[in-house]
Amino acid sequence: MSDRLDVLKTYKLLVNGAFPRSESGRSYEVTDSTGEFLANVAQGSRKDIRDAVVAARGAQAKWWSATAYNRGQVIYRLAEMAESRREELAEHVALAEGMKPKLARESVARAIDRTVWYAGWTDKVAQVIGSSNPVAGPFFNFSVPTPSGVVGVLADQHSSLEAFVDAVLAPICVGNTVVALASERRPTPAVLLGEMTATSDFPPGVLNIITGVTGELAPILAAHEDVDGIDLAGVDEGFADELAFAAATSIKRVLRDGSGSSLRRLRAFIETATVWHTIGQ
Amino acid sequence: MSDLTSSPLGSLEYDPAPESIAVAQLRESYGLFIDGEFTDPAHHESFVTLNPATEQPLANVAQASSDDVDRAVAAARRTYEAVWKKTTGAERAKYLFRIARLIQERSRELAVVETLDNGKAIRESRDIDIPLAAAHFFYYAGWADKLDYAGFGPNPQPLGVAGQIIPWNFPLLMAAWKLAPALAAGNTCVLKPAETTPLSALILAEILQQAELPPGVVNIVTGDGSTGAALVDHPGVDKIAFTGSTDVGRLIQQRVASSHKHLTLELGGKGANIVFEDAPVDEMIEGIIDGIFFNQGHVCCAGSRLLVQESIADEVVRRLIRRVDQLRVGDPLDKNTDVGAINSAAQLDRIKELSGYGEVEGATRYTSSCALPDRGYWFAPTIFTDVSQSHRIAREEIFGPVLSVLTFRTPEEAVAKANNTSYGLACGVWSEKGSRTLWVAERLRAGVIWANTYNRFDPASPFGGVRESGFGREGGRHGLEAYLDV
Amino acid sequence: MRLPPVTTKPVVDSEAQLRALLSGLSGVDAVGADARAAKLATRSLKKSTKLIAIDLAISMVDLTTLEGADTPGKVSSLCAKARRPDPLDESVPSAAAVCVYPDLVAHARAALRGSSVKVASVATAFPSGRASLAVKLLDVRDAVSAGADEIDMVIDRGAFLSGRLGLVYDEVVAVKEACGDAHLKVILEAGELVTYDNVRKASWLAMLGGADFIKTSTGKVSVNSTLPTCLVMLEAVRDFAEMTGALVGVKVAGGIRTTKDALRYLVLVNETTGSVWLTPDRFRIGASSLLNDLLMQRVKQRRGVYPRPDEFSAD
Repeated sequence: MSDRLDVLKTYKLLVNGAFPRSESGRSYEVTDSTGEFLANVAQGSRKDIRDAVVAARGAQAKWWSATAYNRGQVIYRLAEMAESRREELAEHVALAEGMKPKLARESVARAIDRTVWYAGWTDKVAQVIGSSNPVAGPFFNFSVPTPSGVVGVLADQHSSLEAFVDAVLAPICVGNTVVALASERRPTPAVLLGEMTATSDFPPGVLNIITGVTGELAPILAAHEDVDGIDLAGVDEGFADELAFAAATSIKRVLRDGSGSSLRRLRAFIETATVWHTIGQ
Repeated sequence: MSDLTSSPLGSLEYDPAPESIAVAQLRESYGLFIDGEFTDPAHHESFVTLNPATEQPLANVAQASSDDVDRAVAAARRTYEAVWKKTTGAERAKYLFRIARLIQERSRELAVVETLDNGKAIRESRDIDIPLAAAHFFYYAGWADKLDYAGFGPNPQPLGVAGQIIPWNFPLLMAAWKLAPALAAGNTCVLKPAETTPLSALILAEILQQAELPPGVVNIVTGDGSTGAALVDHPGVDKIAFTGSTDVGRLIQQRVASSHKHLTLELGGKGANIVFEDAPVDEMIEGIIDGIFFNQGHVCCAGSRLLVQESIADEVVRRLIRRVDQLRVGDPLDKNTDVGAINSAAQLDRIKELSGYGEVEGATRYTSSCALPDRGYWFAPTIFTDVSQSHRIAREEIFGPVLSVLTFRTPEEAVAKANNTSYGLACGVWSEKGSRTLWVAERLRAGVIWANTYNRFDPASPFGGVRESGFGREGGRHGLEAYLDV
Repeated sequence: MRLPPVTTKPVVDSEAQLRALLSGLSGVDAVGADARAAKLATRSLKKSTKLIAIDLAISMVDLTTLEGADTPGKVSSLCAKARRPDPLDESVPSAAAVCVYPDLVAHARAALRGSSVKVASVATAFPSGRASLAVKLLDVRDAVSAGADEIDMVIDRGAFLSGRLGLVYDEVVAVKEACGDAHLKVILEAGELVTYDNVRKASWLAMLGGADFIKTSTGKVSVNSTLPTCLVMLEAVRDFAEMTGALVGVKVAGGIRTTKDALRYLVLVNETTGSVWLTPDRFRIGASSLLNDLLMQRVKQRRGVYPRPDEFSAD
């Protein structure tokens, strides 16, 4: 007997640091780029979105009140974890995106490098976009960036890992917590990355990943009133219009064009808090 | 010794000290300011703007239709492409400096017009609105040729045509907040003043003419909500900047959802003014008073919820009531007036309705004993005590001179209560203990936090909200972001 | 713990207790105090109010000469001026007092006999206060026995700033006792106390020690009375009155030269303590050249044109 029977993996959600099956009990079949069965992936429901938002909200204040240095350490730890599982990630990316192994490895390398980049941003953002403001009066006046709060991310449907990393780590590194909808057809690299957060000191709830049908789940996330911002970069224009309309109900911050990793992406879910204090003896 | 402020000997009763209105030479009617000229609206419709203190008409103002908005946007687009885009930052700066100076030169006239049209006390339009409007142009003028240094990367580009819709509470100041950064960044503008307060923007149009700003760089279309809607919906507009209520802001965000228009919103608020037992008491009382009665409470960042530490609540309320009785309510043109007229009959109705719920829901009402004029729209400064978080007067923006007093026991509870709202514009913190002030400030979900002061504004200081108070900042380096493609 | 009943003066029987009491006072935010004073300074007084206020201000003036070069002759002419500020107009009220050094009290007393104008004397090693308590008390008794109705003492700023609050308090108590029937004004010398917090504490200390008036300054240091200093002191007398029922007066001194200045102080009083304090019994302005400006403005208000300064006596 040469062939060993593989142990297959169940791809589950990431909610509040745990890996539940969908509350609905449903799953859906994900195939590789050639149509071969890849996995049964948990099919998230309305209630899973709800739970994820609750988890993200619960984690947000603490994540933000952690020191920027500490947030950087946590994100860097994720890069370390990913680095040691590069091959596995590359395999998933290759299967999901139908990439040649070499290209997939390069894509993973870039994703890990992006992670390191974000790890370094946590304690720089305030210095780059904060300010001390010279008002005409006896006041000390300063502006600091603060996170919007809970951010919904509709991940890119094609770039299963690289774009996902940008989309979730940009808001996370500035103190937001995230509920991300992974690519519907290519969810496994994101799920894998989520598993790595469990061993990277990510506090539960900081990153929550829901897999499932984007068309069904995105409107729920976009309309959820306890979500402060939403990244629509991963869905096509017409659908994004619809979601942007839903997002307006609770005056969400909406990111439509999140291409790349610009400062714009970091700024998208940052608020500016300006504090005045009197100066007198 | 219950009441030391009134004496049988009589107090120093100030005689009326009215500002002369001769300086405000209003025209009988105003057209739309499009392409550098005042023009008749396409459908020859107009409306009357009233003095809310007397209910007397001040002038006829053109009602812009969607055809007029079309014309204004076309002028802005044409000028953007043909002129403004090619005007260097240094030249744009000089135009803005000119505008700032001209506002200073005509400040008395502008102050009187603002007070006539809005109902606000002349002391405030004279000492706050107009000087700050000039300062705003002066501040952004300096940015126009320094955009490369603003932290948005090299050679940041303007957005194009900005549609700007402003409220009636600080008419000229809000126009300045919108126009100055937009022009500094290199955009052209179509500004829509509020229906009840169009006049100072129209004087500003004259100033733009005097400054020889190229025709079409700024276009001003007066009208009601339909004018604003036409501007929001116009496909030729690249950017919408709106200041006003959260309800309207929500509609605007929905309407531009399927466009590629950039959007910034500065919306409502229900600001908490948090008072700790170690607050500097006399200045704190003034701060609370300023926080809610400044501009008749028509302030989106008003400190309309007083959160006072329970240990000093009775003392604070006693002092507040004593102070509120001293407020001089009446003729806005009187230089000694503290609280002027409510801007419109509709706003007065809303204030009456919302404050009516206060008593119904069990809060205790104290209304200033001041006498109110017979004509015009007036609402006496009012304080509600025994208010709970669940009361409507603690949750809804009243946008009037009505304060709700709630109590807390610990800093943690103060923060929790302050944040227990969908809004997040401004908060105040009063304490002599720096570490706790910063602890609280760090946890408040608000765009502006005033510590041991309230309702301070400065062109260098970013202003704007979080959550349902909107997004985007006005003022400071941050304010440029709203008008640059970055 | 039992709180003292309302309208009871706190008993001070130890330095620790005094310290605790003064530490318990609310702090003053300097920016807020300055802003409040500046805002009230924009009040605009018109017509009849201005006329009333000018006469009120005249009646509150402590016409002052505190120079090494003072002579009986100088004091006599000052007294004449205080009695009848404008000899051509009988409707002009007298000044409140004439304020001199102790050795000239007798002259002033004689010159003011038969008038309502009080004789005030600085004492306690004015202006520095740098002398032993025994010397200070002698200074006070000297002035009182020469006929002073009012004693303007200085606190020991050195002791105050070095935290010896009990010593400062004891001096006020001792001087009050030495005053007998004379009214005691306690000069805080706010310009040397520097912070509004200190001004508030010193105000309370003086009031607890028995001051009938608290006074901003000697007029002998670079920073004299300012509107916000006066505001802080008015808040103190207001709060003290609410606690104890005692109405302590406030005297501003130094640098008040124009009618505009004086009227701003009156507005401050009007809006802070209310009109109960708008009387010479509770508010005084220590000044010399101010009086002529008040007279000039008074004439201007009535006549509609600015008179020539020489119309008023140069004393």
